[in-house]
Amino acid sequence: MILTAEANGFLSPNGVEIVFLLVGVVTLGAAVITVTTRQLVHAALWLVVALGGLAVEYLLLTAEFIAWVQVLIYVGSVVVLLLFGLMLTRAPIGRSPDADSENRWVALAVALAAAATLVTVVADAFRSTWIDLDRSVQGSPEVTGESLFRHWVLPFEALSVLLLAALVGAITLSRRRGADDAPASPKQER
Amino acid sequence: MHLVYPAVLAALLFSVGLYGVLARRNAILVLMSVELMLNAVNLNLVAFDVWLRDTLHAGQALTLFVVTVAAAEIGIGLAIVLLVFRSRGTADVDRLTDLADRTPPGAGDQADTGTAATGRGRAA
Amino acid sequence: MTVTLAALVPLLPFLAAVTGLLTGRLAPGYVRPLAVLPTVTSAALAAVVCARVGTGPAETAATELTPTGSVPVDLALHLDGFATLAAVLVGVVASCVQIYSTGYLRDDPRYPSYAALVSLFTSAMLLVVYSGDLMVLLVGWEIMGICSYFLVGHYWETAPARSASLKAFVVTKLGDVPFLIGVFALAADAGTFRINGILTTAVNGGLEHPTLVGLLLLAGVAGKSAQFPLHTWLPDAMAGPTPVSALIHAATMVAAGVYLVARLLPVFLLSTTVLVVLAVLAAVTMLGSALCALAQDDIKRVLAYSTIGQLGYMTGALAVADRGAATFHLLTHGAFKALLFLGAGVVIHAAGTNSLAVMSTMSDLRDRVPDAFWTMTIGLLALSAIFPFSGFFSKESVLRAAEHAAEGHLDRVPSGVGWTVLVAGLVTALVTAAYATRLWLLAFRGGGPAPAHPPTTPPSPVPTDEAVPDPAHQPAPEPAAMRWTLWLLALPALALGVATGALPDYFDGGTLSPTLTTSVVGSGMALTGVLLTYGAWRSAQARTGAGAPAVTTPQDTDAATAEALAIGTRQTVAAQTVPTPADTPPAPPGAPPGPDGTDPGRLLLGPLHRPAVHGFHLDALYHAVAVRPVLAAARLVRFLDREVVEGYVRGAGLAPRLLGAAVRRAQTGNVQTYLSALLAGAVILAVLAAVGA
Repeated sequence: MILTAEANGFLSPNGVEIVFLLVGVVTLGAAVITVTTRQLVHAALWLVVALGGLAVEYLLLTAEFIAWVQVLIYVGSVVVLLLFGLMLTRAPIGRSPDADSENRWVALAVALAAAATLVTVVADAFRSTWIDLDRSVQGSPEVTGESLFRHWVLPFEALSVLLLAALVGAITLSRRRGADDAPASPKQER
Repeated sequence: MHLVYPAVLAALLFSVGLYGVLARRNAILVLMSVELMLNAVNLNLVAFDVWLRDTLHAGQALTLFVVTVAAAEIGIGLAIVLLVFRSRGTADVDRLTDLADRTPPGAGDQADTGTAATGRGRAA
Repeated sequence: MTVTLAALVPLLPFLAAVTGLLTGRLAPGYVRPLAVLPTVTSAALAAVVCARVGTGPAETAATELTPTGSVPVDLALHLDGFATLAAVLVGVVASCVQIYSTGYLRDDPRYPSYAALVSLFTSAMLLVVYSGDLMVLLVGWEIMGICSYFLVGHYWETAPARSASLKAFVVTKLGDVPFLIGVFALAADAGTFRINGILTTAVNGGLEHPTLVGLLLLAGVAGKSAQFPLHTWLPDAMAGPTPVSALIHAATMVAAGVYLVARLLPVFLLSTTVLVVLAVLAAVTMLGSALCALAQDDIKRVLAYSTIGQLGYMTGALAVADRGAATFHLLTHGAFKALLFLGAGVVIHAAGTNSLAVMSTMSDLRDRVPDAFWTMTIGLLALSAIFPFSGFFSKESVLRAAEHAAEGHLDRVPSGVGWTVLVAGLVTALVTAAYATRLWLLAFRGGGPAPAHPPTTPPSPVPTDEAVPDPAHQPAPEPAAMRWTLWLLALPALALGVATGALPDYFDGGTLSPTLTTSVVGSGMALTGVLLTYGAWRSAQARTGAGAPAVTTPQDTDAATAEALAIGTRQTVAAQTVPTPADTPPAPPGAPPGPDGTDPGRLLLGPLHRPAVHGFHLDALYHAVAVRPVLAAARLVRFLDREVVEGYVRGAGLAPRLLGAAVRRAQTGNVQTYLSALLAGAVILAVLAAVGA
């Protein structure tokens, strides 16, 4: 299944690769801005760009269903949730000077080291591996649905229980404590 | 397409998320960075699934599961952050240091008496 | 049958002791019968056993309870004339002491445990006497040691009693260690702990190092029988109650050493060196202790030193290889010394003090305790070896044996040994008579012609709430239990000499009757001592004038209380070199030399008086030679422990604590820091794994 990459050198990319690389650069850039920007709301918006870019990458990898799920769940709901969270914690609009903690240089060092290590290993391992995208569509809803409901039914159902538990947990956590606290809490909230 | 492209992109995205988790002060931004890391993993899963042409499509199924779990995680995480914010008035992770080993007052002379005194001081 | 009875003899007091210790507090009503009856019964049984075995051949019985390795330890009884007679003595004296104690300690709150311990003590001594096995003997020997510790420390509220009990224990243990080694050496050579087996081996020449073994055993004997140089515990042991002193001194503890040498005499006879050492020890002990006795102020200490001296006679007799004489003297001495101690208890009770100097200011002591006066007179006469009394016969038998050896009739014993014992014995006879006379004169002939003025202030030293004397109260007579035991003991003290003819049948068969020469010389020495002392006393009295005004001591306090008080105050008295008038509570005005001026001992001893009071400073010597180095070593060890060893321990603790402080600093509570460290570690591990692979 592995087609050798000799026929497909790095110096002669085809169209899909070029698009993938361009979108990848955009995605990476958006991700970097997400974790470095000083405006908290902007971070959430740049996250949308990054996640959307990833959805495009999924499409390029012929995983259609995943791509749309990505758009629906991440861009549609997770980011909205995060924005709500930012609002509810009264995150400042505009530049906040202390968005990064004092740990940042350590974090940078660790992240760079991790990146270097991972990239080295990955590049070394998959230097000549070629993905054949032309033979058949790997991730159409039909294919995905078939595998999901034929082979992965039990984990799928278990996941639904997990989601239910998360739902209940989130409600329990964010609920006000009893009736006594009720008068006191809204003041805090506002 | 070369497998290296998605793999390297995933590695870089993961590192960026890692930096965010370690460097960001606001808990919600930390959660965003966690999402980035999860997505990097997802990209890997999809890429390898496509490359291996798995008949079970384990990679894509697992991606879907990760997405679901991430959604649940973000819900619970946000609920916790909200709760913390409600009780403390802040969502900054570096100010939530209740588990720190605080030296009790007068620990200078108690330090000589050993662990018992330390335990007492901490209990107090 | 005889063996069963004999086994019962030590067993009964033992059971009484156990029962008494267990039930003493629960059933106080049974304590007295429980103390007295078993002891009396075992005394009677001992007499029966003595009559049955008597002059016949020795009876032996043994049973091996359990295998004990290479050298078997048997539960063995050996009954011969020595054992049965000594057992009778122990039984009789212990019975008297128990009966006497019911009166003497009638109000003592610790009487139950006291009585039980006395029973245990008696049982241990009877075990020693009857035992046919050295290991079993050693058990009794050590039980006596611990019992003496408890009994001497009966008044543990007072510091002297505490230190005296410790001293008694430690000093006797000091002798017991070599003793134990000696016993092991004996058993190793003989292949058995049975005394008979050991004696057979000794006679057949099976012992490899008789001198060494003999000297080792001698150390234990010197400790137990209070021979020089380990005698110092005995005078201090007077801090115990008087009946305990009587028990320890007359029949049990101190007799054990002499008895043991008597039993193992063939072993000692193997080595001339041991005999010489024994003789020298005996001579030094006799003379030194007699001189000390002449200088003591405390009536009980006088008696204690006299005990040491009389034990010296016994060891002297053993040194000249006559165990019959030694045991004979042991018997008579047991009788009259018990009598003297018990009598002294009554006198102390009546006088309210231990001090002879104070007693000498009391004129009516003789009238107040007539029983004690008469019986103690008998006892002192016996002690001085005046003719018809028992002490005369036994002492003469010792002197006769010494003379026999001095003339070279014994091939085993060099004549020098005989001469040493003979000369020391004769001189000691003189001094003994002197201090006996002094004791009698000071205690019973003191005071002025008549009490000139009404009772002065009572000399009660430290009146406790319990012992507040009522001056108007007439002195209460002593309890009958105390008076009658005196007469009971006076009988053998008076008349045991009659047995001189019969006793050799119980012993080895050698005659014990006195020879003319030693009798005349010995009696002459004794009479000289008596007359000298009387003369000194008269002249001292003449110098002090009509004598000190008499003091009557109101006495309604319990005897033991009075004694405890006296012990408490004696420390202050002993702290001075000589009890000066200021120390004796009722210092009467107008008597310049004080009551002590009538003490003939001072006149007789002259410059020797001061060292003699302190036992020739032997305690100080021991303190300098043994106690101080030990204390210094202890201080050194403490220093090493505190500063050096503990320094290491502290250092060992310090390093982890510093490390811990460093680690604590990392405990910031900031999750991101933790995560950073974690992930950095993970990356490093991954890199290392990759590079290593």
